[in-house]
Amino acid sequence: MTSVQLEVLLQTLISGLLLGGLYALIGIGMTLIMGVMKIINLAHGELMMVGMYIAYVLFSSFHIDPYLSIFIAAPALFLLGVLLQKFLINPVLKVEAIIPENQVILTVGIGMVLANIATIIFSSDYKTTPVDYATKAWYLSDYWKASPIELSLSMPWSVSFCVALMITAALWFFLTKTDIGKSIRATAQDKDAAMLMGVNVERMRVVTFGLGSGLVGAAGCLFIPIYYLYPDLGGQFTLIAFVITILGGLGSTVGAIVGGLILGVFESLTSTYAGMGWAPVGRFMIFVAALIFVPGGIMSLFKKKGLGK
Amino acid sequence: MKKYLPLIIAGLLAVLPLIGLSSYWMHILILVIMWSVIGMAWNLLGGYCGQVSFGHAAFFGVGAYTAGILYNKLGVSAWWGLPLSIMVVTLFALVIGYICLRLKGPFFALGTLAMGVILRVMAENLTTITEGDLGIMIRERTWIEKTWYFYIILILAALAFFLVKKVIESKLGYYFVAIREDQDAAESLGINTTLYKTIALSLSAIITGLAGAFYTNYMGYIDPKIVFALHDISIVTIMVVMVGGVATFWGPFVGAVIMVFLAELIRTIPKLGAAHHTFFGILLIVIIIFLPNGIVGDLPKLKKLLRMGKAA
Repeated sequence: MTSVQLEVLLQTLISGLLLGGLYALIGIGMTLIMGVMKIINLAHGELMMVGMYIAYVLFSSFHIDPYLSIFIAAPALFLLGVLLQKFLINPVLKVEAIIPENQVILTVGIGMVLANIATIIFSSDYKTTPVDYATKAWYLSDYWKASPIELSLSMPWSVSFCVALMITAALWFFLTKTDIGKSIRATAQDKDAAMLMGVNVERMRVVTFGLGSGLVGAAGCLFIPIYYLYPDLGGQFTLIAFVITILGGLGSTVGAIVGGLILGVFESLTSTYAGMGWAPVGRFMIFVAALIFVPGGIMSLFKKKGLGK
Repeated sequence: MKKYLPLIIAGLLAVLPLIGLSSYWMHILILVIMWSVIGMAWNLLGGYCGQVSFGHAAFFGVGAYTAGILYNKLGVSAWWGLPLSIMVVTLFALVIGYICLRLKGPFFALGTLAMGVILRVMAENLTTITEGDLGIMIRERTWIEKTWYFYIILILAALAFFLVKKVIESKLGYYFVAIREDQDAAESLGINTTLYKTIALSLSAIITGLAGAFYTNYMGYIDPKIVFALHDISIVTIMVVMVGGVATFWGPFVGAVIMVFLAELIRTIPKLGAAHHTFFGILLIVIIIFLPNGIVGDLPKLKKLLRMGKAA
């Protein structure tokens, strides 16, 4: 391997890891909702799109930095998630129907409406937030003059990655240490037992849906400095989130993180070595391979080896 | 009377072109019938067998591309795509079934959705075979008049209706319903659920693929974004069945009429033309909350509501 090839490979791995960290945040939101409510939220990517548009509007009209808009977008998305859950999804959970997947189809409907409203308001043009640090990067040669290869670390990517890590750590703290967090995990494990223990399951569901939406809204704010924005962007991120949850194991938060990182690295490898257009195919190859070879997700492998709980 | 209803309706539809409808109305009629064919196909898998697929665009697109590639690469008439698509689509259905049918419920739905997207991306990137985003254009139209297209899709619809009815009324249909109601119980009663789910998926895929091959011939142009569309094919297919009536014979037809007319109606509203997904989405939400079994499926409920309205 020549040094140029090595350079390309290492650079690809770095960008893959950074992308994977953001993917993990999207995946965690979905896996939380899936674990607690046992439904798949197919409007997940669209909720992220809403978060991105909030960040975009805040940036273009009030010049608020996208990273700061997390503090507005995430609570707004939390509220939106709570409202959706209370007034649309909960009633459907109670309706008797031939097809049990009604809630999934319902979330598709919600996603369609959200994407279309965004098209009407913002038109389907591509939007970006041209922050002044968008092209800044750290170069390896600046720190190590004699380095044989040149690597760079994009500043917005790294900041987004670190913020994603912080949010994940905060979430972990919330889920393991606080009362509400413990109740959410109890509901995910066994709804009836949790109810018997005095957990307000209904409220936990509402909170979880809000939390999942808030997380993905925050992910949207982290994505917008490095990505472009258009109304139909949601669909592909819903799929990414779903692939991550399958890869990591359903309802497993740690699995979502591992799955997100794997997916990010793999996608980055496919776009470097097979071409940009093939990146989505690489994503789904992983998905298919995971279904066939590790149907329980990565976490089930860890459990088999005696690692993890 | 009820026994002959399908025949009567088919007969009525068959004489429709004779009364001299305009080209526009023929187009609408052809679309309605095409969507009811796809709806019937989806209903077989989703309504009766309970396997909700979000990726019927995959089969539609494979059917469409079979016809298109046949014409474009081999120079054969695209109509040969109809018989050939049966084989090609079955192959795809078996592969997709092998991968996705190990998933249950909502996960199957998402698995098929992913399959639809994979096939779209493949069609976009395998430019040597599919021409990629340029799409395939059928340069010689078979007929300028729409009458023959109408009769062909009508025959397809009749065949599909007949097939679905025969399957559902046979032992196979009972297996399907048993799988939908409780897969584990069906398995314990000795039903080979994987086999029957694969049969349901293949039948459903073949009918959808035929509609896709017809689409290529009728529209004369296909590209990956049109025939593998997630919202405009896969989701509309689900909506046709959900609105019309899940697990009913006439549901897809009613749903197709409503959906096609709604789409045309929204298109005529100035400035709101782009908003048709909003209306579709809202309709979907309303239907799921208030009429979860569709218009035909919840007909008794609707009648009761109407009667209450009159009494009040």
